[in-house]
Amino acid sequence: MAPDFTQDFFTLLAQPRNYRLDIAQLDTAYHELQSQVHPDHYAHLPDAERRLSMQWSTQVNEAYRTLKHPLHRARYLLQLAGVDVEQESNTAMPAAFLMEQMEWREAVAEARAASDHHELEKLMQRLQQQAASIRAEIEHEIDETQNYLAAAEALRRLMFIEKLEQEIDEALEAIES
Amino acid sequence: MVLLQLSEPGMSSAPHQHRLAVGIDLGTTNSLVATVRNSMAVVLNDEQGRSLLPSIVHYKSDGSVDVGYPAHTIQAVDPRNTIVSVKRFMGRGLKDVAHLESMPYDFMDAEGMVKVRTAAGVKSPVEISAEILKVLRLRAEASMGGELVGAVITVPAYFDDAQRQATKDAATLAGLNVLRLLNEPTAAAIAYGIDNASEGIYAVYDLGGGTFDISILKLSRGVFEVLSTNGDASLGGDDFDQRVYCWILDNAKVGFPSIEDTRRLLLKAREAKEMLTAHDSVPVHAVLGTGEQVNLTLGIHDFAAITETLVAKTLRPTRKALRDAGLTINDIRGVVMVGGATRMPQIQRAVGEFFKQEPLTNLDPDKVVALGAAMQANVLAGNRASSEEWLLLDVIPLSLGLETMGGLTEKIITRNSTIPIAKGQDFTTYKDGQTAMSFHVVQGERELVSDCRSLARFELRGIPPMVAGAARIRVTFQVDADGLLAVSAREMTSGVEASITVKPSYGLSDDEIAGMLSDSMQQATNDMQARNLREQRVEAQRLVESVDAALEVDAMLLTADERSAIDDEILALRRLLDCQDHRAIKAGMEKLNALTQDFAERRMDRSIKRALTGHKIIEFKV
Repeated sequence: MAPDFTQDFFTLLAQPRNYRLDIAQLDTAYHELQSQVHPDHYAHLPDAERRLSMQWSTQVNEAYRTLKHPLHRARYLLQLAGVDVEQESNTAMPAAFLMEQMEWREAVAEARAASDHHELEKLMQRLQQQAASIRAEIEHEIDETQNYLAAAEALRRLMFIEKLEQEIDEALEAIES
Repeated sequence: MVLLQLSEPGMSSAPHQHRLAVGIDLGTTNSLVATVRNSMAVVLNDEQGRSLLPSIVHYKSDGSVDVGYPAHTIQAVDPRNTIVSVKRFMGRGLKDVAHLESMPYDFMDAEGMVKVRTAAGVKSPVEISAEILKVLRLRAEASMGGELVGAVITVPAYFDDAQRQATKDAATLAGLNVLRLLNEPTAAAIAYGIDNASEGIYAVYDLGGGTFDISILKLSRGVFEVLSTNGDASLGGDDFDQRVYCWILDNAKVGFPSIEDTRRLLLKAREAKEMLTAHDSVPVHAVLGTGEQVNLTLGIHDFAAITETLVAKTLRPTRKALRDAGLTINDIRGVVMVGGATRMPQIQRAVGEFFKQEPLTNLDPDKVVALGAAMQANVLAGNRASSEEWLLLDVIPLSLGLETMGGLTEKIITRNSTIPIAKGQDFTTYKDGQTAMSFHVVQGERELVSDCRSLARFELRGIPPMVAGAARIRVTFQVDADGLLAVSAREMTSGVEASITVKPSYGLSDDEIAGMLSDSMQQATNDMQARNLREQRVEAQRLVESVDAALEVDAMLLTADERSAIDDEILALRRLLDCQDHRAIKAGMEKLNALTQDFAERRMDRSIKRALTGHKIIEFKV
């Protein structure tokens, strides 16, 4: 019999089911839980226990990863509320936002072509500011107004931004090597 | 079975025998074995009092083998049959091996992993490494006076799945029970962190004989958390020797050297490199087999100049590791230097300049990995009360994925994910009536499959015929705490399930290992049976003890019926302990294990709840 994995990640890690989380508290709960279930504490025990421990430890890692990362946490909360972010993606993104995204992308490509480390760092900083304001928006829509559709729309914008951040990371890496 | 040796801080857990466990640093140049004795981690020496075992294996035509110093002495005389730096070949095909031209071996490109023809027959890197591990096992058993319960074997953090699997196979072949494969920088961090009660974010810069790792760790009370790791699995002290060797050839105006002379000059190069840690210039003298003489002087500036690109090669992964951890150098509290190659002054200077702080060199860079591995082995063997255990959270160094259309890689698990981890991905059929689907498992960061390492190919058969796109095939990647991958695929619709679990093709199959084990033990079949019986008895005894201990604490989690069923089975197993058939004992253990499974789960559930009600179980002390 496999462990009962039906409890949601917030329950598993004893956190309130909010977007806004106390990350220090989450870290502590994660460490406490892993120190109970981690395979290192079962290495000298029979196979059945080792397997059970690996399954639990895997689940706890997945829960922590999901709750720690703001984007994953938001998506998970929406999923618990019955809103599938991917499914809802047929709603068109605002044209102005898409336009802005294209400009960003061009700026990244240009800086990459010119090996302009400094410019890439600057773009990254501006992106991070924008991401922070979208995260505030998501927090408001989920925790205060429970407007999940609005939150899903903001989340999709955040996904675009994170994709761009990744591209800048890759560009920086490419320049360095 | 005992799931958790739970005890409140200050309370001792049930007394048990100290289990003999060791940590082994299987290095490119040297290997070591260490253990925890009287709460102190110590390196175990050989009979001559030497702690290092040169990782060199000499095969003779009568089939016998020399390992360590005797093999070291003979390497320039019989280079073809004396294998050095075998770690570089672990889990590697012929095309992956660098500096092939200056190697004296008669290579054979076997499927998955390169092999070497020697006077004693064809040997795989796994078998050669097993010879080294065997010597260390015997050394430990002689020194500790008993059979080992298990060993922690260290591997470079940047080792991929094939290299890890090969290392584990080598240990199994050497008769070792592998408690865990532990990343070398993580082992060093344990030894360092515990000795110095360190807190904060540390970088471990580990330049060994053949591998480079950089790991960024967060150390907090009782928790070692790896944030990111990077490296180069074929960059190390050997490459510095190679540069000096080339410098000698360029400057000495001698002819193209024989394989014996090559080996001789490489040894001279290494000597010069080592001497330059304490001198500004060193003489390089050698007489070649042709009678030609080498008479040179290597200065420290020249040495730094010819190895500059190698030093720079370590800083690139360092930058990547920092970026993956989302940190800058200002966040780094200390830089721990590990590996003999970090003795080179140009390395210390470059690392100091990069991190803008003096690196920590107060540890013996040759021993710290083995000591940390021994400490972890002691925990894994269950020798510490749970209240004194620390928590180690490590990551997978390279992304794992599947080949998709057009030779592209689809990442399933991304690098620097904390292990253990499992991820599933759904696929579907693209033709009507399709009953089979093939998968190609790869590891690496590049977009093209051809730029990644191929780990395994497998096929899922028996998919019920359906229209295209109707089948739902879930592929699951599970990476365990050793960083080893298992992949399974399962058809989820229509109630029909088929699944397959693959082991990467670079590893040997279990059958192959069993075959090698029995080959080397043909004459010792009886010994093996006796050993099996002894081991099975010890295991059974331990099982009974742990169930008893669990019952003592948590019997209230059982109904009266469950309790009496368990008691009966314990009694039955105790009776079996005297019988001569190890299989009967094993069967008895399996029964007891099955019977206590629910109990184990209840205990696990309860301890999870306990963890969340604020009981601080971890106490951080040595």
